[in-house]
Amino acid sequence: MIYSLYIVNKAGGLVYQKDFSDNLAKLSSNEYLVLAGTFHGVHAITSKISPLYNSSGIEMIEAEKFKLYCFQTLTGSKFLLITAPQQNNVDPYMKRIYDIYSDFVMKNPFHTPEMPIRSDQFDQSLLKLIKNINGP
Amino acid sequence: MSDSVNTPRLSTNSSIYTEQRVARGKTILDRNLNKTRGAEVSLSAQSFLFSEMLQYTQKRVNGIQDLERKLNEFGYRVGTRMLELLTWREKVAKRETRVLGVLYFIHNVVWRSLFGKQADSLEKSTENEDEYMISDNDPILTRYISVPKELSQLNCNAFVAGIVEACLDGYQFPARVTAHTVPIDGFPQRTTILIKLDKEVLQREELLK
Repeated sequence: MIYSLYIVNKAGGLVYQKDFSDNLAKLSSNEYLVLAGTFHGVHAITSKISPLYNSSGIEMIEAEKFKLYCFQTLTGSKFLLITAPQQNNVDPYMKRIYDIYSDFVMKNPFHTPEMPIRSDQFDQSLLKLIKNINGP
Repeated sequence: MSDSVNTPRLSTNSSIYTEQRVARGKTILDRNLNKTRGAEVSLSAQSFLFSEMLQYTQKRVNGIQDLERKLNEFGYRVGTRMLELLTWREKVAKRETRVLGVLYFIHNVVWRSLFGKQADSLEKSTENEDEYMISDNDPILTRYISVPKELSQLNCNAFVAGIVEACLDGYQFPARVTAHTVPIDGFPQRTTILIKLDKEVLQREELLK
């Protein structure tokens, strides 16, 4: 069960945020921006303080009521998925979301890279995918 | 006087150059025209190229009409070359002289060569004698393009409209061709290419009846 998706750009700014479940608390847009920026900072710190050389940053945070998965692309964009605590493997979902992103956002001439995403088709395809995953 | 010593050397250099070119073998002009028949191009590559064409044009125009006109011009250049190639490949003895024949050619041959399938419908307008419509339920060229609300009037298939206009002009059926979004159930991206034939074409058609 996927609760929400955040896309963070290279500089740490929030580029896209969507909730897919009604049980989530409604935050103000500023709070979403702060969340994204904070995670970006923590991600950078964790990649540096890891005892092993050349580690990636945080990939998964497990809490009592949710799990947060982070996928960092080769270009520095981060895809954050907040899911139910029972969710074990989100790799195929991440890949599908990244596919949809590279299709409907990157190939859109009206989208400026690293800027907030305003694309109808991206929203629709994402909604269809998440509906399929979350089930009826 | 020293020129007479230099010029023979110059001409020998240039003749060596031309000999090398001929010896190198086939140029693109010698290739078989049927070699790339049925060849396919990655949709992603085409989408990126088209996206860049759009961004390039956007910086150099002011207004949606201007943008569509520029895209139409791009398509026109593609259309003239496509028409020559496709008519040669078809190897049909007679040239189309009737409106319906030309429209069928565009509906079948041109669409199949561009998009791998026939266009979805060919209609004649009931209101105007000189208007015909070719529709595509899911135009692949603009599949990944989401037009922002400020430009909702823009239809990027103006490029395809340009290709159609060039084909019509080449067949001696001058017309004004535009692209319009006409969504229906199940096909929100449906695009109609509206063809408005010139008066002379209708007069000629009357004579041929």
